[in-house]
Amino acid sequence: MSLRIVVTVKYVPDATGDRHFADDLTVDRDDVDGLLSELDEYAVEQALQIAEDADDAEVTVLTVGPEDAKDALRKALSMGADKAVHVEDDDLHGTDAIGTSLVLAKAIEKAGYDLVISGMASTDGTMGVVPALVAERLGVPQVTLLSEVSVEDGTVKGRRDGDAASEQLEASLPAVVSVTDQSGEARYPSFKGIMAAKKKPVESWDLSDLDIEAEEIGLEGAWTKVEAVAERPARTAGTIVKDEGEGGKQLAEFLASQKFI
Amino acid sequence: MAEVLVYVDHVDGAVRKPTLELLTLARRVGEPVAVALGNGAADTAATLAEHGAVKVLTHDASEYADYLVVPKVDALQAAHEAVSPAAVLFPSSAEGKEIAARLALRIGSGIITDAVDLEAGDEGPVATQSVFAASFTTKSRVSKGTPVITVKPNSAAVEAAPAAGAVEALSVSFSEKATGTKVTGRTPRESTGRPELTEAAIVVSGGRGVNGAENFSIIEALADSLGAAVGASRAAVDAGWYPHTNQVGQTGKSVSPQLYIANGISGAIQHRAGMQTSKTIVAVNKDAEAPIFDLVDYGVVGDLFDVVPQLTDEVKTRKG
Ligand SMILES: Cc1cc2nc3c(=O)[nH]c(=O)nc-3n(C[C@H](O)[C@H](O)[C@H](O)COP(=O)(O)OP(=O)(O)OC[C@H]3O[C@@H](n4cnc5c(N)ncnc54)[C@H](O)[C@@H]3O)c2cc1C
Ligand SMILES: Nc1ncnc2c1ncn2[C@@H]1O[C@H](COP(=O)(O)O)[C@@H](O)[C@H]1O
Repeated sequence: MSLRIVVTVKYVPDATGDRHFADDLTVDRDDVDGLLSELDEYAVEQALQIAEDADDAEVTVLTVGPEDAKDALRKALSMGADKAVHVEDDDLHGTDAIGTSLVLAKAIEKAGYDLVISGMASTDGTMGVVPALVAERLGVPQVTLLSEVSVEDGTVKGRRDGDAASEQLEASLPAVVSVTDQSGEARYPSFKGIMAAKKKPVESWDLSDLDIEAEEIGLEGAWTKVEAVAERPARTAGTIVKDEGEGGKQLAEFLASQKFI
Repeated sequence: MAEVLVYVDHVDGAVRKPTLELLTLARRVGEPVAVALGNGAADTAATLAEHGAVKVLTHDASEYADYLVVPKVDALQAAHEAVSPAAVLFPSSAEGKEIAARLALRIGSGIITDAVDLEAGDEGPVATQSVFAASFTTKSRVSKGTPVITVKPNSAAVEAAPAAGAVEALSVSFSEKATGTKVTGRTPRESTGRPELTEAAIVVSGGRGVNGAENFSIIEALADSLGAAVGASRAAVDAGWYPHTNQVGQTGKSVSPQLYIANGISGAIQHRAGMQTSKTIVAVNKDAEAPIFDLVDYGVVGDLFDVVPQLTDEVKTRKG
């Protein structure tokens, strides 16, 4: 039987752009170019490798996001994913992590899955909690933050490098996995891949397709509230000296003046 | 006064510093009740009591070490039911965030991660977060359920605040899902004898400019002269010069020490994301145009192979 892999990918504002907030204190997604979160490229890469090693597998990429999020799906398709699902609905604006996990879980169930692969964190929200939340909602094992992953005979195995120890993990499918940027470089889309992606199916679902009520998600449905945002004051310009042979000593003098030595 | 649950991060009973910082913050919003799980749980009580825990709920079972995350979620859910707290606080470790998120979902509460400060507010605790690679700060609160908040290391000072710290056994029954993800092996990280990167008061980092694994001894020597932890940029880690556990930045550790010294690091946005909230920032870089100089309190434009050893010698001389 075919191994059904769903990869969750997020469309995020470019981190090297001038990211800021909109008037309603949500992330401004209009003024900065967006792209497939770099950290989700690692998830796509591992999905493709697992699919290549399996006898028969199908990789679906799934995103929840605005119209432009199709760009992220297109990129993942050109890397080699087979098909894509885009959950798009005006009511999604301002959804928090808890709400996002609801939409993802419903969409993953509707798509059908044996293995879900996510990135370690989104590069805009950087919470790193959505995979754990999706696992909780789906009621399947969470095998997260892996720097190495493999699937064999209905079992997923991987290595999780934590602060105190490096752990070997194991769970039966179906399961939710997330992979770190240590899991292996993501491939670049080939010209052939880019051309092929244009013909691959992209389905669009809205909230009614997923039986989700507007109150459950969006800014109104969020269980957290941002009350204020402030740009961090620019650091006051520091002292910069050119090393003319005494740079290390000058630096020591500075550290001493600040009581570090 | 309302009680506040504090999840205890400990290794065989030795409480890690971020948990003690959490107790400082917890005391601003209520009476801290600590939850310590796994091997050595009861041994944490004395330290926790010294820092303000009125109660320490403990539970030990092999499940905590043998299975990932979910047994701890079950325990926190039991503690939440037993205490009905005003908030639940976790250290912002990878595991802390995952436990917190699943707990929040189960108890129907909102979650805030990576707070750098916490104050009491009229409508519950207000968390300060540092976002977009620390270029903005936000103030947020949880608007539904019991606030679940994870807090980054170095967000508050550790304070002595003696309290009863009465140990109570927590009764936990594990859910069917608790044993879903098996831990089949564990290799503890070897101690370097240096301070923990996220907890250190001083961090000395090296980047691509260090130009080789063997040259990291220059960075380590400076770190040791200052009693500092050693960090590295992703470029240095990707080149295999230093372990990934020492990476500072978006996909590495986020540090907020009193002093951060960047050597041969350009200051890319993803690196800044992990160090921009450091109190004092110093850089050594031979390129006067490197973006890291926009952040520094003091910068030396020069070759790190000249400047860093001279600095190390000078520190040693001054410290006698
Ligand atoms: C999704 C994503 C996540 C990332 N996460 C991280 C992360 O967590 N942490 C991180 O650090 N990066 C991260 N990066 C990478 C980041 O974009 C940069 O590539 C990286 O930080 C560069 O490291 P560097 O400053 O050491 O190297 P470079 O940018 O190459 O800079 C080296 C510097 O050393 C100086 N130099 C060279 N020789 C000397 C000398 N002899 N003396 C003094 N100075 C010298 C040079 O002038 C230069 O400024 C991430 C990137 C992406 C896309
Ligand atoms: N809107 C979204 N659409 C699809 N996947 C998402 C979305 N938000 C988060 N994810 C997935 O969850 C991971 C962790 O995100 P986060 O918890 O927001 O840091 C990401 O790397 C994605 O794989």
